[in-house]
Amino acid sequence: MYLGDVIGRVVATAKDETLVGRTLLLVRRRADGRAVVAIDAVGAGAGECVYVCRGRESSFAFLPGRAPSDATVVGIVDRMDPS
Amino acid sequence: MQLARVIGTVVATRKDARLEGKKLLICRPVDIDGGDETGYVVAVDTVSAGYRETVLVVQGSSARMSSGCEDRPVDAAIVGIVDEVSKD
Amino acid sequence: MILGRVVGTVVATRKHASHEGRKVLTVQPIDPEGADAGHPVLALDGGPGVDAGPGDRVLVVQEGWSAATTVGPEGAPIDAAIVGVVDEIQLAEPAPEAATP
Repeated sequence: MYLGDVIGRVVATAKDETLVGRTLLLVRRRADGRAVVAIDAVGAGAGECVYVCRGRESSFAFLPGRAPSDATVVGIVDRMDPS
Repeated sequence: MQLARVIGTVVATRKDARLEGKKLLICRPVDIDGGDETGYVVAVDTVSAGYRETVLVVQGSSARMSSGCEDRPVDAAIVGIVDEVSKD
Repeated sequence: MILGRVVGTVVATRKHASHEGRKVLTVQPIDPEGADAGHPVLALDGGPGVDAGPGDRVLVVQEGWSAATTVGPEGAPIDAAIVGVVDEIQLAEPAPEAATP
């Protein structure tokens, strides 16, 4: 997993049917500043610091549903030590 | 699979119970001429490999298919000791 | 598995149910000599037999099934988990021929 900041949302009308009803978040990864699109699993919103699960296992957040995810927001960070 | 050389050992007492009795070796990838590449991986030894030996390392979920690694948290395993690499 | 050093903790109240009750730790990957190698990653702490904390050198597994089952049932969105706390790293002496310039 890695830390990131939610910097926006992505809206796509034409998309895989397994993505219907899912929120696509634009997350800037803290380690390298790269922006990735991640599916939200916890109700995160703009400006929040989150952590993201990567890879195939990120799709497990939606079991028993299916989602073709390679990055899923799985937690909203309240605080960190060191911050 | 990747060619690698055994460069060290990791000792861990506090660990997942499913790793009990497993030898953990630090492996550095090598090229086909035996030259060191960058990086390393800690792999479970399934073939009694020793220091400096050139070995075959399998990574990812396939590592759990090697002997004794079924149903264990293993993402890299040494599955062979290389005798010879020949180039055509 | 890779070697890392626990450099921090992350607290998250709202998180996936599979992460409940486990520490989320910031881990700086290190090379076998102990130097930092690449960007920090987040990993969930393993079971009671592991119990890693800040300052510990750890072993991190980065394959889905292995990581998930270190924490709980399989099928969880967990891509990295700490499976061991390192007591010691022993490095092989360079081979004689490699030691001579």
